Amino acid sequence: MATMEVRLVSPEKVLFTGEATQVITRTLGGGEIAFLPGHAPFLGALTECHTRISMADGSVLDVAVHGGFVQVAGNTVSILSDLAELGEQIDRGRAMRAKENAEEFLRKEHDAEAVSALSRAHARLAASGGVVGTTQGAH
Amino acid sequence: MAGGQERILRGRIRSVQATKKITRAMELIAASRIVKAQQRVAAAVPYSDSITDVVKDLAAAGGSSQSPLLVSRPEVKTTAYVVITADRGLCGGYNAGVQRATEGEIKAGVLQGSNYAVVTVGRKALGYFRFRGYTIAQSFGGFSDNPTYADAKAIGEYVVDAYLRGEFDRVELVYTRFISAGSQEVVQRPLVPLDSEVVAGGDGKAPDAAGTPADYEFEPDPGTILDTLLPRYVEARIYAALLNAAASEHAFRQRAMKSATDNAEELIKNLSRIMNRARQDSITTEIMEIVGGAEALAGDAKKHQQVDLGPLDDTLSAATH
Repeated sequence: MATMEVRLVSPEKVLFTGEATQVITRTLGGGEIAFLPGHAPFLGALTECHTRISMADGSVLDVAVHGGFVQVAGNTVSILSDLAELGEQIDRGRAMRAKENAEEFLRKEHDAEAVSALSRAHARLAASGGVVGTTQGAH
Repeated sequence: MAGGQERILRGRIRSVQATKKITRAMELIAASRIVKAQQRVAAAVPYSDSITDVVKDLAAAGGSSQSPLLVSRPEVKTTAYVVITADRGLCGGYNAGVQRATEGEIKAGVLQGSNYAVVTVGRKALGYFRFRGYTIAQSFGGFSDNPTYADAKAIGEYVVDAYLRGEFDRVELVYTRFISAGSQEVVQRPLVPLDSEVVAGGDGKAPDAAGTPADYEFEPDPGTILDTLLPRYVEARIYAALLNAAASEHAFRQRAMKSATDNAEELIKNLSRIMNRARQDSITTEIMEIVGGAEALAGDAKKHQQVDLGPLDDTLSAATH
């Protein structure tokens, strides 16, 4: 099967590189987008999301990407993010508490910071396994 | 008297030895951290390369140069200097080099009638510029030997925000670039507005090399991407500068502590020599005193013997009689 190179790069280090068959992520205001090998050159800004990388061996790598950019060029998908966490490294308990705190806060007043905290928590939970009350997830 | 001098010297040697132990330890710590800091500089390269690529592609694809971060202001009234120094001293001329370069720039600017603002990074720069009465717009510190991206983000957000508010018309970054463990140099780099050279693809890949950038699809539109991207780009630049500065700081500290250790060794050698001579002197004096005393006693004893021997002779002679 055709594959492409995927790089997940944070400012401090390269989090992941590998061969993959599909990458699903979510652009700012544009909804989810999937990249397959040989995709046309693409540049996009990302929101907090659960990014799924389908590896060449059939496994799926879940990543919580908290904003950033995606660049597709020459069969390479580069995801640049200030803050990205691999699914297996996420502390679910902490993400859960963060989600509850943010929801609690939002019940009282609307606050941009709490909204982004909530979406971060959602992305973390989605990337680390079971999904509670989000629309993302099935795979 | 002589013994007293020896004791004082022994005390000094002991204190120099203690100092030497400290400087040696600092030297070894700095040496081990250089390697780590170098690795961090290298680890940050992929991100900054990629983000530079993206900025170039966007700009080349006509990503509308409407972003205020890209447009140079016609009249530069206030230039802000982001000065990156260490939090601690004991690193030779590291802090002084950066501070002197910045101060020179500021003075040159003031002579031409432009305003300045100092943004200090590292506690040493804060102390230096505050003591000399410069206006300090903002200060950051507490992370100079181990900066994280969050630190760079905080500085970047402040700088971009102040620039967009019109407090600064130009921002310069002054830091020490790490070339190798043996050489570092103080450099001054323009930070904002973003170098049109860099953004227009002045260096790096040619726009028409592989797949013209115009082929890119954008989501959302290039302008919006650019607006979110440019602050990240500024942060990445600051982060790279912080990492370079941290590696340089360790290199400077290692060198400074190495020469301090060498000096301490030299001092110990000289002091030991003086102490040994003093001890030798005092021993010689003591021997002289003993010999002199013994001689005097011997003289006394001879006299005594003659006096004492008198009756002994008498008894002897009496016995023989």
